Amino acid sequence: MTTLTPVRPPAPDVPLGRDRRRRKRERPGIRGLRRSLRRHWTLYLLMVLPLIWFAVFKYIPMSNAVIAFKNYNVVRGIWGSDWIGTRNFELFFANPVFWTLVKNTFLLSFYTVLASFPIAIILALALNEIRVGLFKKTVQLVTYAPYFISTVVVVSMTILVLSPRLGIVNEGLGFFGIPAIDFLGNPDYFRHIYVWSEVWQTAGYSAVIYLAALAGIDPALHEAAKVDGAGRLRRIWHVDLPGIMPTAVIILVLAVGNIMAIGFEKAFLFQNPLNLSQAEIIATYVYKTGLLNADFSMATAVGLFNSVINLFLLLFVNVIAKRVTGNGLWS
Amino acid sequence: MRAGVLERRAAKARRIQESKTDRIFLFGVYILLIGFLLVVLLPLLYIVASSFSSPEAVSAGRVLFWPVDFSLRGYEAVLSNPQVIQGYGNSLFYTVVGTIVSVTLTIAIAYPMSRRTLVGRNVVMSLILFTMLFTGGLIPTYLVVQSLGMLDTRWALIVPQAIGVWQVIIARTYFRTAIPEELVEAAELDGCGDLRFLWSVVIPLAKPMIAVVALMYAILQWNSYFDALIYLKNQDLFPLQLVLRNVLILNTYSGGAMDASVALQRQQLADLLKCSLIVVSSLPVLLIYPFVARYFTKGILIGAVKG
Repeated sequence: MTTLTPVRPPAPDVPLGRDRRRRKRERPGIRGLRRSLRRHWTLYLLMVLPLIWFAVFKYIPMSNAVIAFKNYNVVRGIWGSDWIGTRNFELFFANPVFWTLVKNTFLLSFYTVLASFPIAIILALALNEIRVGLFKKTVQLVTYAPYFISTVVVVSMTILVLSPRLGIVNEGLGFFGIPAIDFLGNPDYFRHIYVWSEVWQTAGYSAVIYLAALAGIDPALHEAAKVDGAGRLRRIWHVDLPGIMPTAVIILVLAVGNIMAIGFEKAFLFQNPLNLSQAEIIATYVYKTGLLNADFSMATAVGLFNSVINLFLLLFVNVIAKRVTGNGLWS
Repeated sequence: MRAGVLERRAAKARRIQESKTDRIFLFGVYILLIGFLLVVLLPLLYIVASSFSSPEAVSAGRVLFWPVDFSLRGYEAVLSNPQVIQGYGNSLFYTVVGTIVSVTLTIAIAYPMSRRTLVGRNVVMSLILFTMLFTGGLIPTYLVVQSLGMLDTRWALIVPQAIGVWQVIIARTYFRTAIPEELVEAAELDGCGDLRFLWSVVIPLAKPMIAVVALMYAILQWNSYFDALIYLKNQDLFPLQLVLRNVLILNTYSGGAMDASVALQRQQLADLLKCSLIVVSSLPVLLIYPFVARYFTKGILIGAVKG
């Protein structure tokens, strides 16, 4: 009796086998999706709630932004209100407040980037020069700490410290015979106060990323530079700075991309009737027209203008950064 | 004998390396860092010193970096202020509940996206990343919250801000790098389902990352006031930061008309109260900060890895 056992096909050679396994792992298209669904349905189920969240709180607001092109009527709802085209935008651009807002927002953000970007790098480079020890740890811990203080508290601390009546800054100025200055009451000081309180709060935090990048630099480069007779300053210039360049570029791109999204929270807290001429930025204007004056359509139009500029700035800077340094987001 | 000579030569060489300009430079670095230290520290010291001084000394601007006429009047005033106490309680609630919700949702989206065998995860990730670049804006988001009936409820402070894209990136990167693919395959061969694997292998392994992400959410929640400002009208629901804003920046504490001496006293107490309030409200965060700073640093670094 001969038993006919089915003959197995010869084992495929190695490259084919590997190829097959990879295809099994992630096959694109509908069939792959169906297979993956069957295999991982619990994981897909897990994603449902977060995805609903993203749809509701991120994507529906994006579609809600159509009210910028409508005359929003509470009773008729978002989609029932009348289309008015770009009239809100035209009104906004024609409004004399438009240029003030754009100028204030731009200057404030640009100044913030300009001040905080190099200072974080300088702090990180200086900390990196000191190898170990209590001093280094103390400086790091202390400069990092303000990041954890809330905006409300930072703003009120700034107001207290700069107060003409009891603040230490005017106390110090008085010591040199300079009369007290009402910093918060003078619009010309607003930008400096905003930017330097921001630097005060975030420099230590931002330095951490650069410190990590510095720690990742190959020590052999430093040794080689030392052998070549390079001093500390030259080594910073020729080894450290190029070493952190990729990190710095990404941070700069993100910072510039956020230029128009500058913090509502802080500007709003620092505002008072006296400094409004320089303290009113797009974000605070949106809040006031939208929620305080209930002009939803106009506020949305202003906000949309802001978001679009923001997106273009980010893409633009990313392209430039990629051209110049070869680094960028998505590279 | 010869070894001694060599050693001395080596020492000399080292001394030459550390040249005079280098030593001056290092000295400059120390000066710079001391400068940084003082600039950050002195305003904090001023506030703390003021909070422990007498109202008269604070108002006269006599306090520098050490308490003058030590007193606890400011703290008495803070702790007897019902709004502050309630704000504290509310903030505690928002922080605890908000963090639990946020961490759960973050893991639920980040873990599946870390699995290489999941088809469609790149599409989902792009959709999520896009929300970092472009948003509908304040009013359209407000309209959503309004239509969900969340205005003036505690949910408004927890749900709309529940997931942070940055935290999702951190979690996904961690899952991808810390959970080896072999472990997943081994579990599958043993017949372990995805959820069970997540619960009994991944989450225990990811504890450090979960701690970092939870802390980030907790601190964001503890420090936020903007959502409360736009979504809440009922004062009983106000988180601490909004109470702080009212007292510290809008000066609602020293109101009311009265005769000059009482008004002066109230003004003095208000100045003092601000300093004490700043200390009291920042204390919880600053107390835990030295213990968690290291983990926080790690969190930033994981997040810095491009996803």
